Amino acid sequence: MAENTRIVKNATCTFCGCVCDDMELTVDLDKKVITKAKNACVLGRAWFAEHQIDDRPVAMIDGKEAPLEEAIEEAAQVLVNAKFPITYGLSDTTCEAQKQAVAISDIIRGTIDTTTSVCHGPSGLAFQDIGESTSTLGEVKNRADLVIYWGGNPAESHPRHFRYSVTPKGMFIPNGKKDRTVVMIDVRKTPSAPVADILIQVKPGKDFELLWALRALVKGRKVDPQIQVMTGVPLETMTDLVERMKNCRFGVLFFGMGLTMTRGRHFNSGALLALATDLNEFTHFVAKPVRGHGNVTGADNVVSWQTGYPFGVNFSRGFPRFNPGEFTTVDTLTRGDADAALIIASDPASNFPKAAIEHLKKIPVISLDTKETSTSKLSHVAFATSTYGINTAGTVYRMDDVPIPLRPAFESPYPGDEEILFAIKKRVHELILSKCGATGATGEARVASKLML
Amino acid sequence: MTETMILIPGRSSKQGTSLNKGKLKEEYIDVTSILEMNMDDMTRLKLKDGDEVRISNEIGSAVVRCKGRKPDDLPSGVLFIAYGPPSSELMDGDTAGSGMPLSKHMQVKIEKVAA
Repeated sequence: MAENTRIVKNATCTFCGCVCDDMELTVDLDKKVITKAKNACVLGRAWFAEHQIDDRPVAMIDGKEAPLEEAIEEAAQVLVNAKFPITYGLSDTTCEAQKQAVAISDIIRGTIDTTTSVCHGPSGLAFQDIGESTSTLGEVKNRADLVIYWGGNPAESHPRHFRYSVTPKGMFIPNGKKDRTVVMIDVRKTPSAPVADILIQVKPGKDFELLWALRALVKGRKVDPQIQVMTGVPLETMTDLVERMKNCRFGVLFFGMGLTMTRGRHFNSGALLALATDLNEFTHFVAKPVRGHGNVTGADNVVSWQTGYPFGVNFSRGFPRFNPGEFTTVDTLTRGDADAALIIASDPASNFPKAAIEHLKKIPVISLDTKETSTSKLSHVAFATSTYGINTAGTVYRMDDVPIPLRPAFESPYPGDEEILFAIKKRVHELILSKCGATGATGEARVASKLML
Repeated sequence: MTETMILIPGRSSKQGTSLNKGKLKEEYIDVTSILEMNMDDMTRLKLKDGDEVRISNEIGSAVVRCKGRKPDDLPSGVLFIAYGPPSSELMDGDTAGSGMPLSKHMQVKIEKVAA
């Protein structure tokens, strides 16, 4: 062990939405690396091992190193002079940084959206239509005797999710796995399948039909056995599942992007939420989306408590408006509406549809990221930032909406997202006020002059 | 020979660990360029592990390497690939007013790339 070693107990892994807060990190403070991450899964180990201090300029303008102050000034000028500036990303940063991003969007009358729109955004729409029968993961651990995963592969995407839902002994589940029935419903047999007691393979794109048939059976209606032709699932399998669902003590439906990203989108999520609601006529049943990035749930919470809506929010009229399809980022880019973009801790140039990426290449992009990415490479202004949870303190939300504090391992020479965003916000505010004049300022600038600084 | 199949992009462990190293690194590019395919389908299309295939739709196309999966694990006519640049090439920007592009369940044509 290196001489200058630090042990960080109860550190938090921010790689995925499980936000496991039982890490024990061994840190070589001389080399500024985490040499061991006890309790971490395969993804967490890679997260802690690979986030070292890169040798990158803290700021670049058009690919050339620039002083931080100059880059902040340039970023502020771009945002203030744009007619339809968008802010996007935010799921891999702290709530404190997310709060600054919302304020910037408000001041510049821009549009703010998060990676939720291409993740569980459809579930967000379904929550508004149907409602959510919800619980924390702690309740699942202590009470759930029937656990159903639908359209997800937690063994690979959230390897430690099972510590809440499958393996642990709970207050009312004294024998752990033996007291639970685990069901996996998916279009393919994923590496998660071995933990399942029951595996149901549905035909691709037929989740809604299967969910609706289950709802009918829960309500005691007859279902044509020909449903198997459409869904690939025999009626007897459905009937057996429905009986298990009605007769369990505490059931949970965890659902993934196999529902939200496929044909049906929010109708699929809505059907699943409605099924959970129906089952509460018979027993206690909850439904939880399995969230991806470390603080995507925080992004939903912060944008909601600051604007009233979870994602896809526009301030161009001086007050927040929510309209997925209009103000969500794939749409504002694909249609060519956006004329400047502030991208925080996200890489849309790598994972968005081609048409959206092509538009991103045409407009001035300001990016904040811990690593060089396709997005940072095409950026007009690129900031290198420290990593949340490893270098930066703050708050993140676990996928069940439980806020968790971060305990950083070592210091980074790079500023955090919050610091950069606060500086941009301050300068944007000054520019807006000088543009409009303190007395003639538009609504949001008047409010900003009183509240923001 | 060309066939139409359903492509399901998704997460995998290797995709998750390699993205921590960096999305511009060789490992990530490699992991996101492997197409899992039903072994019976591969036999029918005269493909073997490591062969290059072109997957395409009306949006774009990508050349990837195929890898066989047991018919029990991956149904005939269904393809799996880890999220990454090749899957983005095929993604439609139309979200049907939802904000979400259709990122799974894409209908694609698949054909062997001549060696």
